[in-house]
Amino acid sequence: MIEADSQIESLQEKARQIRIHILKMLTAASSGHTGGSLSAADIVTALYFCQMRHRPQDPTWRDRDRFVLSKGHAVPALYAAMAMAGYLPEKELMTLRQIDSRLQGHPDMRTLPGIDFSTGSLGQGLSVANGMALAARLDQREVRIYVLLGDGEIQEGQNWEAAMAASHYKLDNLCAILDFNKLQIDGRVLEVMSIAPVADKWRSFGWEVMEVDGHDFSQLLPALDRCQGVKGRPSLIIAHTIKGKGVSFMENQVKYHGIAPTPEELQRALKELGA
Amino acid sequence: MDLNDLLSTRDAYGETLVKLGRSNPDIVVLDADLSASTRTLLFAQEFPDRFFNCGVAEANMVGTAAGLAASGKIPFASSFAIFETGRAWEQIRQSVCYPRMNVKLVASHGGLTVGEDGGSHISIEDIALMRILPHMTVIVPADAYETARAVEFAASFPGPVFIRLSREKFPVCFTDSCAFQIGKAPRLCEGDDLTIISAGLMVSRSLEASEILRKEGVGARVVNCSTIKPLDEEEILAAARQTGVIVTAEEHSIIGGLGSAVAEFLMEREPVPLVRIGIRDCFGISGRPAQLLERFGLTTEAIVQAARDILLRKKSFPKVASKT
Repeated sequence: MIEADSQIESLQEKARQIRIHILKMLTAASSGHTGGSLSAADIVTALYFCQMRHRPQDPTWRDRDRFVLSKGHAVPALYAAMAMAGYLPEKELMTLRQIDSRLQGHPDMRTLPGIDFSTGSLGQGLSVANGMALAARLDQREVRIYVLLGDGEIQEGQNWEAAMAASHYKLDNLCAILDFNKLQIDGRVLEVMSIAPVADKWRSFGWEVMEVDGHDFSQLLPALDRCQGVKGRPSLIIAHTIKGKGVSFMENQVKYHGIAPTPEELQRALKELGA
Repeated sequence: MDLNDLLSTRDAYGETLVKLGRSNPDIVVLDADLSASTRTLLFAQEFPDRFFNCGVAEANMVGTAAGLAASGKIPFASSFAIFETGRAWEQIRQSVCYPRMNVKLVASHGGLTVGEDGGSHISIEDIALMRILPHMTVIVPADAYETARAVEFAASFPGPVFIRLSREKFPVCFTDSCAFQIGKAPRLCEGDDLTIISAGLMVSRSLEASEILRKEGVGARVVNCSTIKPLDEEEILAAARQTGVIVTAEEHSIIGGLGSAVAEFLMEREPVPLVRIGIRDCFGISGRPAQLLERFGLTTEAIVQAARDILLRKKSFPKVASKT
């Protein structure tokens, strides 16, 4: 887990490729969630290409780390990472959301091996992650469970039931990451339904809380590392991100939550990403 | 069978869970602060490491069960029927049924026999809520022995299962050597004049009703439809074709439960006169269980009267060509 410059550069390059895939597949699908996929791209890169123990050739490997994309609409980022890791051919990414595709509009564990859980309805992933963490402990497996939450998502009450339980059961093999991009569908999170103070809330629930720049691997990687050393309580990394990160005209724009780029927007975006 | 003998379905559940837990280390149990009532406490006492109380948080309980199942465990999750199927309905839909997780939802306190706690706790809709879900198996055992068999079945059946139990003890309809087969509705009593199709507590009432009707010269077949989903289509079809009229009886709303399931099926395949005994689209109230059953018309007498009434319709009902 050493954050050597060359490793960081390599991850940055992976993340750039992932962003290119995200934009292309969304445009091909003509629907989907652009902003929240782009904001999550670096987090997903860090997990799939540095932090997580997993085997693309063996998606059911029992000792793999698990990843629950609780903010399931960001699935283009996950599909892109999985394709680049070798879970599926990259050209299959263009089938996103098409009828009978393995790449459903939200993660479907039944259609695509490598998806650890089906999500889409916000607020349910953390509970599932708790269950996985409990199972790993029962089996005495050194498995870690990662779950990616959205900030609008944590308005859902079930998250807080799960947060309470994770702390109660001392799930120190559980690491949640909050994609804190400050926007949701109807506007800025602070204006729609404020979740502040975020860090204080999770700390009061008994979690170890860290805050990082969610687009800076030199902060993300040490935080993920640190989580592994936390004993007796679960960890949350609050990753400050920019919705639409990587495409200047999409950054911090509410409108790009649930729409795909037009072909013209795609070309402009790809140019910015050096594609 | 001895209908005067009363045994608790939830005790049967708790005891069977312990037995299963002894032979299968993958079985885990969850509850939402009701383990004394649901009897998961028995498992908790013997296997504290495999029991997870989630507190008063049913949605998290269901999601946690789903995560355990995804990791190869066989979770049994319990609460009261209205809380487990109502509060956590969407979690059951999204995290259990949609991905077809191997989660067993065993809810106690179904129906009016919840009693004094009143309308907020009396579940009139749990069967409907579970039946509407794809990939869900819905079981309403008629007595403690069938409960034990159903729980054993659930442990080895791959996929989501919902089992509905009761606060009250049920009259014994079977023996310990009874069998349970998913989707098979045993015929408990032969008859050719009408069929009473019921589940749960109403099975014993149906058997009593059948006895009374026999003395009036009426042959009432009684079918224990303990699997509401998938329905025993063969047995129900036979009932319609051979006896011509149906009475359904359940401790549940007449909307969406056993009666609806039977009616939906028969309307397409073999429409016959049918009447549903059940709670008529209203909430429960506080009272002693026996009083509530009386007040809401879930009695042996109500089944008998419904049978008499529907036989009148049978004589004048036009013959419908059978479909093969």
